[in-house]
Amino acid sequence: MALKKFVVGCFTEEQTLFDAVKKVRKAGYKLHDVYTPFPIHGLDKAMGLRDTSIHTAGFLYGLFGTTTALSFMTWAFTKDWPLNVGGKPHFALPAWIPIMFEFTVLCACVGMVLTFCYLCQLAPFVRKHHFHPRATDDLFVMVIELTPKSNESEISNFLSNAGATEINVQQAETGWWLGRYDKEKRLYRDEEAVSA
Amino acid sequence: MAIKEYFVIPRTYRLWSLGLMGVGVISLIIGYILYGHGEHHGARFWASLLQNSVYFLLICNAAMFFICATTLAMAGFLMTFRRVISAISVAVIPLGIIAAIVLLALVFVDPHIYHWLHPDGDKILEGKAAFLNKGFYVTWTILTIGLWIILGRKMRQLSYELDNNPLPSAEAGRKYIFKNTVWAALFIVWFALTVMSVTPWLWVMSIDAHWYSTMFSWYNFASTFVAGLSLIALFVIYLKNQGYLEYTNEEHLHDIGKFMFAFSIFWTYLWFSQYMLIWYANIPEETVYFRPRVTSKNYSGPYTGIFWFMFIINFLAPFLILMRRGSKRNYTTMTFIAIVIIFGHWLDYYQEVFASVFPEHVELNLFDFGVAAGFVGLIMYSVGNALAKYPLVEKNHPFIKESIIHHT
Repeated sequence: MALKKFVVGCFTEEQTLFDAVKKVRKAGYKLHDVYTPFPIHGLDKAMGLRDTSIHTAGFLYGLFGTTTALSFMTWAFTKDWPLNVGGKPHFALPAWIPIMFEFTVLCACVGMVLTFCYLCQLAPFVRKHHFHPRATDDLFVMVIELTPKSNESEISNFLSNAGATEINVQQAETGWWLGRYDKEKRLYRDEEAVSA
Repeated sequence: MAIKEYFVIPRTYRLWSLGLMGVGVISLIIGYILYGHGEHHGARFWASLLQNSVYFLLICNAAMFFICATTLAMAGFLMTFRRVISAISVAVIPLGIIAAIVLLALVFVDPHIYHWLHPDGDKILEGKAAFLNKGFYVTWTILTIGLWIILGRKMRQLSYELDNNPLPSAEAGRKYIFKNTVWAALFIVWFALTVMSVTPWLWVMSIDAHWYSTMFSWYNFASTFVAGLSLIALFVIYLKNQGYLEYTNEEHLHDIGKFMFAFSIFWTYLWFSQYMLIWYANIPEETVYFRPRVTSKNYSGPYTGIFWFMFIINFLAPFLILMRRGSKRNYTTMTFIAIVIIFGHWLDYYQEVFASVFPEHVELNLFDFGVAAGFVGLIMYSVGNALAKYPLVEKNHPFIKESIIHHT
């Protein structure tokens, strides 16, 4: 993973954030991410994020569950250990459908949860950089990545014009590393912050 | 934004509705001449009328159920097109009258569809006589349809009365919503006592008087509710195509699509549960129901093709097609799947009625489709008139803004 430089702008109002996101995209700056305390309807569209493909993954997990359940029961009840249960045929499809259904749901749910955690890089002992601790409380935090074409002071001015109440520049790790939030107390790298 | 407030019925729409009704009337006359008398006491003719009138009555009544259920849930998303749903529920009045005439004729003219009319020493039918008797059947049928019409009318009146007198204050708005909730709750209670329990047992299940299934009414409810949602989708899409309903967009369509998807699965759940329990228990007096419908090792049921075809287009088609987000927001796909669902559940009703009346052979011909066309024409005609009568958007309803800015 790589250390990169970011300009971080904090907003107190949802509406200013929306307008700022639009302005930033229009100006062509590289929007790294926006951190908000709660999900905001329509923000993903304003940021230009593509639709998630987790549904497709879920469908495939479901399909896997159905086929696994069906083929295992077919093998067990017709080939490996055929039993006469109440005079029903060995290949007793109606009786298996509830099991196939449940196994489909189980595979789809667990698979989607794990995929979601993977995509968000959420796991025990996985640590990520937090740009502002109040992003989980009451601030909307917008992070813009610095590219060779853009410079700090220009973006800082831009953000303060767009209504950001607090602006700083951070050098941060973009990926994750092994660690624990309760051991490493310092969530916010003050020494790297440069006030705008 | 300037909006087109009133629906003006286009000439082609009027012609189509009248034409389809004409086809229906001609089919009825020809059907009466061909099948009205003779070997089965006209059962072929009356069974088709029973199937079509009950099916189309229930899918129009599902519209009023949808309004009442969403009222109780304080749902706002449907406000921009709720007038379309209430217009569909207006069709309950003509269809209810026709269905009442047909159902009463089945008891009084007696074309040998309901065997419980003549127990003739049959111990099982005599045991059921407390429920399956003429008096109860007639009373319940008239009460059912009458109260649907009256309560539905009251719900529509509540919505119309806001058009010219906007609510003066938030307090008045809360009172208005409460009044709506009370009437909606009354409708739902009556709906639960009719479509969700007693009525389909009486009207459809009692054709097999010896057989019973407690989930039969739920199954019928699911069937007609999903078809009713498809009908709503069709009318919304039609009006959008004609340039009406400016505030309704694919966000609203997406929600109708989700309902259609969910209730297709719900229908399948009930369809399968009814089948599996009977298959598992394997008791002759229960399995007899599936003898004409499903081919087994020892007997090939004549309706097996229709039965499985209906299952495919009522479950697999909506399930696989409506699963994607994009297809629920696409007007063409939604039109296609809505027509498929309405036709599929019509076939479902066909096998429910006909496989019980004529278990030996299948006769599905132009007469059945002609009668169905007549009912479709009647629905188009009365819904079109109802749409043209009042503004298309409930501009004074407290929830209208929520619906305009609605997005999923």
